[in-house]
Amino acid sequence: MPLIFGKSGEEFEVTTIQGGKGFLKKLMEMGIYSGIRVRIILNPGNGPIIIALSDTRIALGKGMAAKIIVRKLS
Amino acid sequence: MTNALITKGKTISVALAGNPNAGKSTIFNALTGGRAHVGNWPGVTVEKKEGRFKYKEYEFLVTDLPGTYSLTAYSIDERIARDYVIKEKLDVVVSVTDSTNLERNLYLLVSFLELGVNSILDLNMADILEQRKVRVNTKKMEELLGTPVVMTSATKKAGLNELKEMIIRSKDRKIQPLRIDYGKEIEGAIKKVKESLSGVNSPYPVRFLSIKLLEGDVEIIKEVGELGYERSVESAMHEGSRLEVGFGYDLETEIIERRYGFIESIIRQCVRRVPTIEEKLTVSDKIDGIVTNKWLGIPIFAFLLWATFQLTFTVGGIFADFIDTFFGWLAESSAIWFASIGAPGWLSSFVGDGIISGVGAVFVFLPTILILFAFLSFLEDVGYMSRAAFVMDKAMHAIGLPGKSFIPMILGFGCNVPAIMSARTISSEKDRLLTILINPFISCSARLPVYVMFTGIFFKSNQGVVLFTLYMLGIVVAVLSAKLFKSTIPKLKGPVSPLVMELPPYRIPTLKGVSIHTWERGREFLKKAGTIIFAGVILIWLLASFPMSSEYASETTLIGLIGKFFAPLFRAAGFPFWQAAVALLFGIIAKEIVVGTFGTLFGGEGALSASLLKYFTPLSAYSFMVMSLLYIPCIAAIGVIYRETNSWKWTTFITVYSLVIGWVMATAVYQLGSLFI
Repeated sequence: MPLIFGKSGEEFEVTTIQGGKGFLKKLMEMGIYSGIRVRIILNPGNGPIIIALSDTRIALGKGMAAKIIVRKLS
Repeated sequence: MTNALITKGKTISVALAGNPNAGKSTIFNALTGGRAHVGNWPGVTVEKKEGRFKYKEYEFLVTDLPGTYSLTAYSIDERIARDYVIKEKLDVVVSVTDSTNLERNLYLLVSFLELGVNSILDLNMADILEQRKVRVNTKKMEELLGTPVVMTSATKKAGLNELKEMIIRSKDRKIQPLRIDYGKEIEGAIKKVKESLSGVNSPYPVRFLSIKLLEGDVEIIKEVGELGYERSVESAMHEGSRLEVGFGYDLETEIIERRYGFIESIIRQCVRRVPTIEEKLTVSDKIDGIVTNKWLGIPIFAFLLWATFQLTFTVGGIFADFIDTFFGWLAESSAIWFASIGAPGWLSSFVGDGIISGVGAVFVFLPTILILFAFLSFLEDVGYMSRAAFVMDKAMHAIGLPGKSFIPMILGFGCNVPAIMSARTISSEKDRLLTILINPFISCSARLPVYVMFTGIFFKSNQGVVLFTLYMLGIVVAVLSAKLFKSTIPKLKGPVSPLVMELPPYRIPTLKGVSIHTWERGREFLKKAGTIIFAGVILIWLLASFPMSSEYASETTLIGLIGKFFAPLFRAAGFPFWQAAVALLFGIIAKEIVVGTFGTLFGGEGALSASLLKYFTPLSAYSFMVMSLLYIPCIAAIGVIYRETNSWKWTTFITVYSLVIGWVMATAVYQLGSLFI
């Protein structure tokens, strides 16, 4: 499922990232790539979201979060 | 030890590189005891920060680089960092790494190592690892990476001597570029490209060049092309598409994933984590829950801005009165003193009318400006600025800009010059350009003196409201201009770049940090007051004094003639007299000079309000303020627009555009207002 549909507090594993090459590369170099675990800190529902990459907090635009496909971890 | 003992070769040049918020600035300050600003949002280290310190018999020259994630340069900031590491002949690059997020932080180091840069891995924030009972086998890590590893905790000032020792020990190390195994297919492709590059004369290792070509690195492609190796570029593209067709993967992505694979294997071998790390919400997250809340986010932001301005003007006003009284006293005393020593009238006039009234009129606003800068620095140091960008992202998208553009807009309330420079963190070129172009409409603190002077005379009972409408007008013009440019100028069209931004944890700002930051900015204002404004004031005095046969600052002086020439242009806007034209003309030097000019032309602070009341009505005073707000950016702003856009075309465009908009708006205000009053 796209990351944007996740709720605050839920944890995910990134499976794939859709989108153009530049976009993909930038995300990967920031540490978001398939296999990595992310947690949603805040998803207000209609705008950008905040995710956690271990101790780092990253704000992601709505469009970007829609292109990151994840699998929910129980 | 004295400077004389330091010989060449005993100076070690060191650069600190790393991801944003990895602690570079903190390490920098801990090493140099220096005056570098400790910033909070990504890319705050826009300028090159250098510091020196001595340790043992060596002198260290340290450069703090802007935060970057990789050798791919997305924004100007990142390009600065990358070019510095690549092009400068540094002795050692210290890769400052946030130990709590090793995967991503090591990515940058690995890129350096592949390039053959003499690096030291500095695992920073080691105290947090200890707290969490995470063990790192640094010996093993050194072996696997082939580069020295030290652990530091900059905030606790631990490990710094080890770092210094390590720099000394490794400064003359012989470097072999790191070789990551990219797997059979990719290695085959690398080999092919390498062969085509044989004999190339480049400072980079050939293997590095080959990998970058396969990754499609735009700048490396350009460089290799310029060296006359277009065929290598073609060969790389050919290999890339061959692998994509043959194995069904995207080469760029695959290369990055292999690199991460290498990093993960190192972490597996060297880091022992206690299996369950409790992942609670941090205090920062809890604050974010409120501050970036769907409903509360924007009201909180609006409140903070409102409170900032309210406090700035209330507190600033108190100090302003003191300074005002002081300069009034100074002008009077100087006149008396000059008379007592029998000095010529022109000298007394030069000092009294020229320097003291002119500069004094500007200095009155120093406290207000310092207080405003202090508040903005505080919000930045706390870490709130990047949250403001987050909160505003959606609203900014509506006007065709990313949320990040909001930071330059807020900084513009202080001064447009640093604001325009801060747009460097925006990676998309067209978003950056648009952000720069609309910034001059954000009412900077230099325009505040003009408003304060006029509202103090004409709008005594509702000064705050009138001020607010002017600030709002600036924002509205900026927003509408953005929409207009976006929809009409081809270069600015296209989708807004999406938001990806690291949010630093909230910090309690130190008094020292905020003071330094405020001072760094306030100093610019003082410098301006001391140089440009001072020169402007002297120029005005000279023009207002010649020919000597005329009375000082009267219509028949040079300045009067210039003013009279332009004055008719402002008939429709309601202020067709020469003093206003002169004030606006000199305001281009710096907006504060508008006030200084009126001060000089009307004979100092005392006579000023009486004279202004004679010439202006409340309506024409308002239209004059609108004009002052919008017309032509000051020289410093024009200069920085040119420097940042590197284009006279855009610089001229925005100068002319703002002049036209200023005149049209001032005229509209006056004409429409006249219908009702």
